[in-house]
Amino acid sequence: MGNLQLVLAISLFTPLITGLAVLLFNNRKNMRDICGPIGGIITFGSAIAIAMAIIDGQTISINLWQIVPGIGLSFNVTALGALFGIVASGLWILASIYSVGYMRGSKAKNQTRFNFYYAVAIHAAMAISYSGNLLMLFIFYEVLTFSTYPLVTHGQTKDAKDAGRLYMGILVATSLLLFLPALLWVWIISGTLDFTKGGIIPFDFSPSLLPFLLAMFAFGIGKAALMPIHRWLPAAMVAPTPVSALLHAVAVVKAGVFSFLTIVVYIFGIDFLLESGAAVWLVWLTAFTILTSSIIAITKDDLKARLAYSTISQLSYILLGAALATQAAIEGAALHIIMHATAKITLFFCAGAIYVNAHIKKISELDGLGPKMPLVFIAFFVASLSIIGIPPLGGSWSKFMLMVGSVDAGIPIMLLVLGISSLLNIYYLLEPCTRAFFKPSLKEIHVDNHILTIFPPVITATLSLLLFFAVDWVRFLTTLMVIP
Amino acid sequence: MLILNNIPALLVAIPLLASAVVSVLPSARIAWGVAFVTTLCCLYMAFELTEIVSASLTLSYAFGGWEPPWGIAFVVDGANVHLVLLVAFISVIATVYALSTLKHEIAVEDLPKAYAVWLLTIASLFGLSMTGDAFNLFVFLEISALSSITLIALGAGQDRRALLAAYNYLIIGAIGATFYVIGVGYLYAATGTLNLLDIIKRLNEIGTNQAAVTGLAFMLAGIMVKAGVFPVHIWLPAAYSFAPSAVSSLLSAIATKVAIYYLARILFGIFIDTTHLIDLFLLFVLMPVSVIAIFYGTIAAIYQIDIKRLFALSSIAQIGYITFAFSINTHSGISAGFIHLINHALIKGALFMAVGIFAIGIGQRATMNSLRGVGRQMPITFTGFVIAGLALIGVPLTAGFISKLYLFKAIFETGNGIYVAVIAVSSALSVIYLWKIFEVMWLQEPLQPLKIEKESVVACVSLWLLVFTIITFGIYSAGVSSYGMNAANALIGVR
Repeated sequence: MGNLQLVLAISLFTPLITGLAVLLFNNRKNMRDICGPIGGIITFGSAIAIAMAIIDGQTISINLWQIVPGIGLSFNVTALGALFGIVASGLWILASIYSVGYMRGSKAKNQTRFNFYYAVAIHAAMAISYSGNLLMLFIFYEVLTFSTYPLVTHGQTKDAKDAGRLYMGILVATSLLLFLPALLWVWIISGTLDFTKGGIIPFDFSPSLLPFLLAMFAFGIGKAALMPIHRWLPAAMVAPTPVSALLHAVAVVKAGVFSFLTIVVYIFGIDFLLESGAAVWLVWLTAFTILTSSIIAITKDDLKARLAYSTISQLSYILLGAALATQAAIEGAALHIIMHATAKITLFFCAGAIYVNAHIKKISELDGLGPKMPLVFIAFFVASLSIIGIPPLGGSWSKFMLMVGSVDAGIPIMLLVLGISSLLNIYYLLEPCTRAFFKPSLKEIHVDNHILTIFPPVITATLSLLLFFAVDWVRFLTTLMVIP
Repeated sequence: MLILNNIPALLVAIPLLASAVVSVLPSARIAWGVAFVTTLCCLYMAFELTEIVSASLTLSYAFGGWEPPWGIAFVVDGANVHLVLLVAFISVIATVYALSTLKHEIAVEDLPKAYAVWLLTIASLFGLSMTGDAFNLFVFLEISALSSITLIALGAGQDRRALLAAYNYLIIGAIGATFYVIGVGYLYAATGTLNLLDIIKRLNEIGTNQAAVTGLAFMLAGIMVKAGVFPVHIWLPAAYSFAPSAVSSLLSAIATKVAIYYLARILFGIFIDTTHLIDLFLLFVLMPVSVIAIFYGTIAAIYQIDIKRLFALSSIAQIGYITFAFSINTHSGISAGFIHLINHALIKGALFMAVGIFAIGIGQRATMNSLRGVGRQMPITFTGFVIAGLALIGVPLTAGFISKLYLFKAIFETGNGIYVAVIAVSSALSVIYLWKIFEVMWLQEPLQPLKIEKESVVACVSLWLLVFTIITFGIYSAGVSSYGMNAANALIGVR
């Protein structure tokens, strides 16, 4: 086993070992809670090493045997996978620190079980990013669904259970009804499921069936929350905020769009998809999703619900990039994975910090809270600007690339959609900050300040800023995806 | 050499003789020991048999040196050699499982007799899976029916409804057997022979013949009763749910499977040249009936409270998958059917074993209410149960996925995408009932405090042997898929 294979194995198994260590230290709180950050740092380190090697032009793969002809048990790092691995493991470090503060601050029960499934979910996310073929990706996609179910229902109230049922129902049903048949279909027509640049679908595949196959993937990957299968995401917000932050801003939903983007780039092949025009319908559907969910977000007074709908809208940016299938659009989509992840996790961190420290969930009750928790609201403000797409913040790059991509694809009307979406973003994301800073407080609010809930959002907000200047490094990976 | 040359005969004769011996043994432990050694011997011989019969070879064994078509012949070829192995494998594991569970479910003084009937069932299943003689098959069908009815009736010690279930099986099974034997009579009248290969040859010579077609129809109807194919499955749910748990796992795993194998043999073997009739039957009878079976079994299982009955109903659906694959009537369809035949035997055997362990643990019938919270108390069994359940859905890395994969392949090759939806929707529906059980057992609190007997090591070992096989076949499918190929090759020729 070569060095790189070892690094790959480390990055895959560290989260799992972390989970077991959490179980082992069940009775020693401090030991247990330090496991997450340590595991995160090791995983992140190896994810960086893997990405460096990929940029270097090396291939990293572990191939075990074949399950059936053409489908092996294999991990093989793609450029996109290397990028997603960094996002998932890097944000895990901060999220695990944050969740210690949050769970202790809110005196939650069953923290060991919580930390265990949290680590398993990260394991699944890492395995998704480094999968060598579509079946492996599917397997860990399902592992991710099942391991996050206990997290969503952590409160064990009736609401949580109902939400959990909806969550499982939609995600499992779509994956079994559409995703699995679609991947078997691909296997039957092309004899393999390995991720290959330029795609594996044979060029003589019937052009009239191609949009249909694409639709099976687009709706089968329920985690990408394309309308009308987005309902599970707002429902899953009953989970504790660290779960919403990491899993529903980063790991779960990003695993969804990552899977779809991977399928477009490495199964269909972007040139093939662009020429066939099979994804044009998807462009319009994502545009619809972007605008509709932004409008729904405006109507929500619950801060987490608003962020959930904002997430749905932003995920469709990535799907839009995949559907446009031009080089710039695909790069923009890949960039948006990392840009949106850092910004959205900041917003969720802030929402959780406001809840734990001031016990407020509703936006209308935020009046005058700003001066009492200045760092949190400044972080919230910075992250909002990134999502809106204002320089000098990371989100401006991905939006810019998406705009270039839509012009390249000959659908310039998407510029209008993206512009309107930005306006809506300004409205619904800046409202919490303006209320907190400029409105007088109506009643006296007692604010604790758990330090562990406050500095993670500050760091991620800083990251959003740094990513604007460091975008070239990210683009080493994204250009590898699109150049033939 | 004497043994090697006579394996087909010995596979039936040894358990048959052992059964006579066991019935007079004084102690249950010795009786079990003899039964266990017998099944082990059979497993060894079945392995030897697979060595002898490689993919291309057909082994025809003539009893007493009377060459067919005059004497009785056993035929072992690519289509059934692994079926024999499956029967042998499951009977070893089920016998191990019986050691620790049967004593909880039936009176101790009945145990030696129970093991005698147990061996008789196994002997008849070996006979069914090998015989090449139409009338001999009827004899084995009767032995198998009567012995399994006895085994099912033994469940009466726990629940008196077992008697009714056994009685139903007796009546319906007898009707099926009658149909079958009438069909054999017609075919004998038309061809003058009882040997299956010989019947095929004669029919090819004389062409289509009203008597032969009628005979075939009767035979098919009779076999379908035994195989638990949808409209004539009605004996099956009650029989499997009230039998002792070891019996349920033995019968659900292999009893219907040998009948299904024989159904395929008749469908794709006998009317080799006048396939038009068979084509019509497959397209307009078996295919719709299978689709109905798939949905009926799955949906009925969703609303079922009693866990054993639930899995019996799911068996109806799973048998539907197998017959559906056959009804596609292509090479890959037939091999998909045989692949699922093997995989489902392993999966359903494991599920019934796990449910039996739960029921013994809580000391009452396993239902959605009585199993609340039991999963946390019996984690080892529960884990095995979950894996088998996932295999039933067809989750990747389990054997069930391989079945589904080849089934999809067969469907895609026909170009008729609508049936993809049938399979996808029904497997999504099967998630519902399994998830319900998982949720009840893992997440819900028991209604009253549980008094759980510790799970027996022996039972867990046998369960986990099956689970291990399920996983092995899921991650390394070359063996089972080549069996599917060979079976299809043997039945309709190499493609």
